[in-house]
Amino acid sequence: MHTSTAPVWSASTLREALELREAHPEATVLAGGTDLMVFVESGAMTLHGVLNIWGCDGLSGIERTENGVRVGALATWTDVRRSDLLPSALRECAATVGAAQIQNRGTVGGNIVNGSPAGDSLPLWLALDATFEVASTGGSRMVPAAEFWTGYRQNALTSRELLVAVHIQPNPADHLHFRKVGTRMAQAISKVVLGGRLRVEDGAIREARVALGSVAATPVRLPSVEAALVAGEGREAAKHVSADITPIDDIRSTAKYRLSVAERIVSSWIGQCLGRP
Amino acid sequence: MTHFTVNGRDVSVDALPMTRLLDVLREELRLTGTKEGCGEGECGACTVLVDGVPVNSCLIPLAQAQGTAITTVEGIAEDDRLDPIQEAFIEHGAAQCGICTPGFIVTAKALLNECSSPSRRQVREALAGNLCRCTGYQKIVDAVVDAMGAD
Repeated sequence: MHTSTAPVWSASTLREALELREAHPEATVLAGGTDLMVFVESGAMTLHGVLNIWGCDGLSGIERTENGVRVGALATWTDVRRSDLLPSALRECAATVGAAQIQNRGTVGGNIVNGSPAGDSLPLWLALDATFEVASTGGSRMVPAAEFWTGYRQNALTSRELLVAVHIQPNPADHLHFRKVGTRMAQAISKVVLGGRLRVEDGAIREARVALGSVAATPVRLPSVEAALVAGEGREAAKHVSADITPIDDIRSTAKYRLSVAERIVSSWIGQCLGRP
Repeated sequence: MTHFTVNGRDVSVDALPMTRLLDVLREELRLTGTKEGCGEGECGACTVLVDGVPVNSCLIPLAQAQGTAITTVEGIAEDDRLDPIQEAFIEHGAAQCGICTPGFIVTAKALLNECSSPSRRQVREALAGNLCRCTGYQKIVDAVVDAMGAD
């Protein structure tokens, strides 16, 4: 057992959270704890202070905005599953995060900031062209999902910023897709996870977003595949998957299996969208 | 000092704020019905209800218990009367080594509180975060379905 002796500062409002973040940049931000508590208990992480934002006002909730939907950073996977404002692919994704106990505690913001390459929701945020609202005492800024993950478990936040919300503009006409391949239905970390979005007009793909997790140091978009889709290659576009990803062998799977499965799930999804099985 | 309620009783605990709720329940409050299985949120043996919601108590620091109402397996029975879920576990022999049992019962209780007649599939899904390494799932699911009067 590794009980941390680190001090904990708990914030009850966003303003307070941002001020505490400013005052204690060395502190680790704690939301639902489903990853952090595991790192601490195993001894893999030593805390120098904890900023507890669980229950903090202004960071939860899922609401309609002028242009789309705003998902608070502290929205849990249970909240996402139950929200009829969100696309079904995102709700399906939420249902595959751990199981009920984890979904009740794990948060959208935690998944994003923790930034595991296997983070279940991350490819979908890339596919949706989501923007992340981040704030500090100095103000707020919007960071596109495509620019957020800068390296293995690294992100664009400074030590004085907090992720506040995710903004998406779902288009009901788009084909949005989520697919997770893991060892079992629940409580599994993905071997490969896909988030994809296609806009099809008159039988032709006008816009394509294909993103994968667990196949590189960060969740990644697949530019060669996306370009091939817009160029009209159809299912053949899946052949380019290998050009865009760098899977590795690890405890959960092998590079070879990941590459093979990634091509297959991309190909079968494109087939579904174009109406050719 | 952290203040919250456990099974309806007010408690105040003086411990490090990052102490796991699991350890607070077992070591400080001597409520040893809640078990530690994996200690990393995979197995559900340490499931308790926080404000009615099932969570893994190994993943919750004491600081996040402030002001909450916690229910452990010791709070499922009413006085000397077992909950129908507990009765059904006995009737179906839904326990072998017994380490996972408190977590299953607490998770099942949360399901029953939310949904009075879940399908068998819903029961299996609700219990997916609870692992039984004796692999007695069939009897466990049978017990919960029976207790809830589901199909």
